[in-house]
Amino acid sequence: MLLRSRQVPQLGWNLEYIMWIFMRISGLAMAFLGATGMALAFLMGARTQMDLPTLMRWSFFPNPNHVVNSNIPDVTQGWANGFWQVMEILIISFAATHGFNGVRMVIEDYIDHSLWRPFLRGVLFALWLFSLLVAIYVILAS
Amino acid sequence: MSLDGSVGLQWLRYRGGGTMLAWLLHRLTGLGIVLFVGTHVIAAFFLQQLGSDLAITITAIYESWAFQVIVYFCVIYHVINGLRIIILDLWPQLLEYQHEAIWLQWFIIIPIYGLSIFVLIQHGLIGG
Repeated sequence: MLLRSRQVPQLGWNLEYIMWIFMRISGLAMAFLGATGMALAFLMGARTQMDLPTLMRWSFFPNPNHVVNSNIPDVTQGWANGFWQVMEILIISFAATHGFNGVRMVIEDYIDHSLWRPFLRGVLFALWLFSLLVAIYVILAS
Repeated sequence: MSLDGSVGLQWLRYRGGGTMLAWLLHRLTGLGIVLFVGTHVIAAFFLQQLGSDLAITITAIYESWAFQVIVYFCVIYHVINGLRIIILDLWPQLLEYQHEAIWLQWFIIIPIYGLSIFVLIQHGLIGG
C-alpha cells in the first residue's frame, strides 16, 4: 500500500489554514446554537410537551415544521418568526460549510494532486451552494 | 493463521488503538451526518414544494426509531470527539494525556447516548 503523509497546513492566508480554523469555530458555534435552541425549547415547555425526537429536531433546526405535532405555542408570530429564521439560517450555513469541507478533506486524503482535485472541488462547491440555497429557500418559505 | 491471538480485530491495532479508532469514527460519523442532512434538506424541499411520494417515503425512513438511533450516535460522537480535538489543539501540552482524554470522552458519550436511546426506544417516535 502506498503511504503518503499528510501535509501540515502552513500558517497564513490559504484554504487549508482558513478551513482548519473554520472547522473549529463552526463546530463550537453549532454546539452553542444547538444548546441555545434546546434551552429555549425547554423554556417554552418542552419538558412536559415534547417527546425526545422533537426536542432533538428543535435543537438543531428550530423550524416550525419540526414541532407541528407538539403543544409548543405558535412560533411563527411576530418577531419570533424572524428570530428562529435567523437561527436556522446560521446553523444550516455553518453545518453545510463544515460538512462539505469535511467531505473535501476526506476525498483529498485519497486522491493525488491530479486533475481530479480541481474537478471534485468544483463538484463539491456546486453541491454546497445548491444545498445551502435550497435550505434557505425552505426556511423562508415555511 | 495461528491461534496465538493474531486472529481478528487486527484492524483495530493499525497505527495504534484508541486514537486511530477515534479518527476513523470521527470520519464515519461526519460522513453519516452529511449524508443524512443532505438527504433531509433535499427531501424537505420536495415535500414542501411538491408533496412528492418519494419525499414522503424518505421522511418515513428517517423518522423511524432505528434510523434515529444511528443518527443520534453520529451526532453525539462527532460533537464530543470534536470538542476533544478542539481542546487538545488549543492546549497542545495536553496531547500527552490524549489516551486518557479518549477514555474520558467515552465516559461522557456512553451515559448521554445510552439514556437518550433508552428514552427513544421506550417511548417510540411520534412524527412531527
